[in-house]
Amino acid sequence: MKKDNLIISKKKFNSRLIVGTGKYKSMIECAKAIEISGASIVTVAVRRVNITDKKKPLLMDYIDPKKITYLPNTAGCFNSDDALRTLRLAREIGGWKLVKLEVLGDKQNLFPEMIETLKSTEILTKEGFKVMVYCNDDPLMAKRLENAGAVSIMPLAAPIGSGLGILNKVNIKIIRNQTKLPLIIDAGLGQASDATIAMELGCDGVLVNTAIAKAKKPFEMAKAFKNAVIAGRQSFLSGRIQKKLMGSPSSPNKGII
Amino acid sequence: MKKKIKIKINGKINKIDDKTKLSDLVKNLKVPLKKVAIELNREIVDKKNLNKINLKVNDKIEIVHFIGGG
Repeated sequence: MKKDNLIISKKKFNSRLIVGTGKYKSMIECAKAIEISGASIVTVAVRRVNITDKKKPLLMDYIDPKKITYLPNTAGCFNSDDALRTLRLAREIGGWKLVKLEVLGDKQNLFPEMIETLKSTEILTKEGFKVMVYCNDDPLMAKRLENAGAVSIMPLAAPIGSGLGILNKVNIKIIRNQTKLPLIIDAGLGQASDATIAMELGCDGVLVNTAIAKAKKPFEMAKAFKNAVIAGRQSFLSGRIQKKLMGSPSSPNKGII
Repeated sequence: MKKKIKIKINGKINKIDDKTKLSDLVKNLKVPLKKVAIELNREIVDKKNLNKINLKVNDKIEIVHFIGGG
């Protein structure tokens, strides 16, 4: 069978599950959960170095950026300027060009500020970044992002960290049908089956953080998500049966005694 | 005695010798250079040029790295 890789901006990745590295109890727990999840991409945030406590553990000491692709994000940015500044710094750390843009618009619901997001996508693309864009589940805005040069569309399933699962399957399906870009569900998943649904809708991948990090058993949940993504992808590729209103017997009617 | 100046590092005021080189400052702070990016007054500094920069009063330095995030 042909290898079914996730391809983003011409780069191949073994796993269709992307995991966040936030909210874990410790770096050790985070690193182990990532290993179990089988993810080949992890999202990371850019923050100030603690210059007074030099013994604080560094993410790079636990998760080797040579073995797993770091996807710097702009979490915590509420306008285009801050997002651009953050990603330019991320690139400076070690040449990262593949980035996740996330410009938030509201501190409570954490929905993306799409005007600023679109503006930032255009600028970053011109600067040579490969921009994966966190966005609303809005097909029109997804199209605009694609036209602006995004390398991946990342609509939310539900608000970040809410665990509500995919709220608008119809919109996700419409976005799927209109774009050939990698479509990755980002934010709002709560349990493994949510990832399966995303994959069955034809998405190319899912990004999960809170659902694994805050599960009672993060390692088990990491494994569950790994399996769920594989199952959903296989199910999608297998071509599901048509839905019908009436029953259709599974055993032949001929020869009934 | 050398003249002391105030600068800001990651939002906090620090007193350093006047005309301290940026390369010496990050060395003193034991910053792992390969794992960080440095901004001086909102401009990204090429890490190759750290020894060419003499810090002056009210300079604002940001030193950032990657941490866990979603």
